[in-house]
Amino acid sequence: MKYLDEYRNQALIQRLAEQIKKRATRCWHVMEICGGQTHTLIRSGIDQLLDGIVQPVHGPGCPVCVTPLEKIDRAINVALTPRVTLATYGDMMRVPGSNSDLLHARSRGADVRIVYSPLDALMLAEKHADREIVFFAVGFETTAPANAMSVWLASQKDIPNFSLLVSHVLVPPAIEALLQDEESHIDGFIAPGHVCTVMGFEEYEELARRFSRPFVVAGFEPADLLEALLLLVAMLEENRFTVENQYTRCATRMGNLHARKMIREVFEVTDMKWRGLGTIHRSGFRLKDEYQSFDAEVRFPLDHISTPEPPHCCAGQVLQGKTKPSQCPAFGKECTPERPLGAPMVSSEGACAAYYSFRRFQENCL
Amino acid sequence: MKVACRLPHSDYEIITLGHGGGGRLSQQLISGVLLPKLNNDYLQELHDGAVFPIADPVRLAFTTDSFVVSPPFFPGGDIGLLSVYGTANDLAMCGARPLFLSLALIIEEGFSIHGLEQILSSIRTACDLLELQVVTGDTKVVERGKGDGIFINTTGLGAVLDGIEISPRRIRAGDQILLSGSLAEHGVSIMSLREGLKFDSPLLSDTSALWPLVEAVLRRGGQGIHSMRDATRGGLASALNEMALSARVGIVIDENALPVREEVQGACEILGLDPLYIANEGKFVSLVSPECSEQVLSAMREHPLGRDACRIGEVVAGHPGVVVARNGFGATRVIDMISGEQLPRIC
Repeated sequence: MKYLDEYRNQALIQRLAEQIKKRATRCWHVMEICGGQTHTLIRSGIDQLLDGIVQPVHGPGCPVCVTPLEKIDRAINVALTPRVTLATYGDMMRVPGSNSDLLHARSRGADVRIVYSPLDALMLAEKHADREIVFFAVGFETTAPANAMSVWLASQKDIPNFSLLVSHVLVPPAIEALLQDEESHIDGFIAPGHVCTVMGFEEYEELARRFSRPFVVAGFEPADLLEALLLLVAMLEENRFTVENQYTRCATRMGNLHARKMIREVFEVTDMKWRGLGTIHRSGFRLKDEYQSFDAEVRFPLDHISTPEPPHCCAGQVLQGKTKPSQCPAFGKECTPERPLGAPMVSSEGACAAYYSFRRFQENCL
Repeated sequence: MKVACRLPHSDYEIITLGHGGGGRLSQQLISGVLLPKLNNDYLQELHDGAVFPIADPVRLAFTTDSFVVSPPFFPGGDIGLLSVYGTANDLAMCGARPLFLSLALIIEEGFSIHGLEQILSSIRTACDLLELQVVTGDTKVVERGKGDGIFINTTGLGAVLDGIEISPRRIRAGDQILLSGSLAEHGVSIMSLREGLKFDSPLLSDTSALWPLVEAVLRRGGQGIHSMRDATRGGLASALNEMALSARVGIVIDENALPVREEVQGACEILGLDPLYIANEGKFVSLVSPECSEQVLSAMREHPLGRDACRIGEVVAGHPGVVVARNGFGATRVIDMISGEQLPRIC
């Protein structure tokens, strides 16, 4: 299939891996931010191919994994409210809150619908004027434009029964927090291609300068990641700390200006709590004051639900790249996709789920 | 390191949709809740149907299946065709020619008579094709809101071909794994319909009656056919995992050999789904001794339903119970049984 097969071409993949091996004079620790990229690395075995050359460190870029317990608890509470439909992306269904998850809420009678877009949720609101439709707006910058658009449209069309339960996080402040942590030793970053498609990569240029780390904006297929790693290793070997763009077929320096405008119209930057990482300064979005009436946390009495994050959950260590999933003592034992202890085991983008799905019978994993 | 996660375990005091997904939760429901109450020699094989001797050499195969597909009419088929083919295919997986069928209809108040007639016409067409008869039946109507239009249960009885013995017990290291055709067409067709996705060429369900193809395979392979399973709910991944688990063998498949049509692959990419886990309604895997695998493969390809048949891997003695895929550059990954439902991803 066009735009797919060429990025999974085995000869190309082998050639890129050989070039990386030739270029590297030592083993580099490279963090891929995005969970989609983690999944490709592990699924296609790129880490095995570059063993001893590039040590991947899996970053916090799985939106499901970093959504705080409190938001999950609030979503479940909203879903169980009479005459409310909670619409959500599929992979939020299984994420454990403090007592339950949305799948269980649904089997107890909550009206929880899986949708592919917030605009589908908005359509539900138009169709069912007698019900409150709440969309669980989770994600990084990638999902923000569509979420913003849904609120803007609801406001334009005067749809009163639609609201968002917002849990939006931003990549650059999380990278900054990771780099300020003395325990993390990351030589360079694979920047998330989809986030950069929306936001551009100016912000990463600033991070590269301030922290003397190279970044490569990358796509999500095996050849994308290998090409990005080749660029990154070259920059590391030459001590060049800038941003290069491998994902030129989608991402540009300025990003999608229309999408950014829509985000600015509806959202503003705020401090945000991350599961496993704690509260990070100016690292999320909230609805602007003029759109507060579309905020589910304003519309429904949810303030009483305040769930502290578990203090030492190793999911946080995994999300910061300090612990490999397979190094966690609970991995594959107490913690499995059926009985997840932490969110990285739940989402298909989570690092623990990737290791469990693809690696768990191998000796180095268990 | 001390693990201090305070997050909950799910104890599953109630049934969730995942228990019906054909993956690990379904397995746990069967082995943890159903088998302890009902177990016997036939059930514990966990095969698609039970085979029992009547009077030597006559052996009958017996199976049942319920059909709850929504929507009931879809491109390439409907719930009527599915309810005959599904049960007949389970009999075929026991090496049995389907002979008789029971038909139970659970219809929701308000369902159109015209729709019901269409479904019955499909049932008739499917039975005629397979030369089998509906010989008993039942009809129930439930209140509006208590059913999803129509549910169908069929139970089938078939006669096992002479000299054929299909059982997970006969799986051996070295067996070749043959797949009868391209993957994921039924599930993707249904999901595209639900999501309102439109493609240049329509995505048709692969709903079909496997017996004619299976008969050709059995006649060519005979005793060399060790086990068969249709890759329905839970997809090829679940079928292979079930076989690996019940035979306590390892399975290695070649990822590049897996046939997926381009439009199906495209829909999977858009919907964020893995074709290995998506339901088929007209595909099966057979585990065949290496001596006869070439002849069996050519027998499959001679049949219209098996023209895209291919060898996708083999049974190994190592890693019992685990299915592994090898990609083109030598890396391997576990093909796990799906946990519950396959859930579409955020981005």
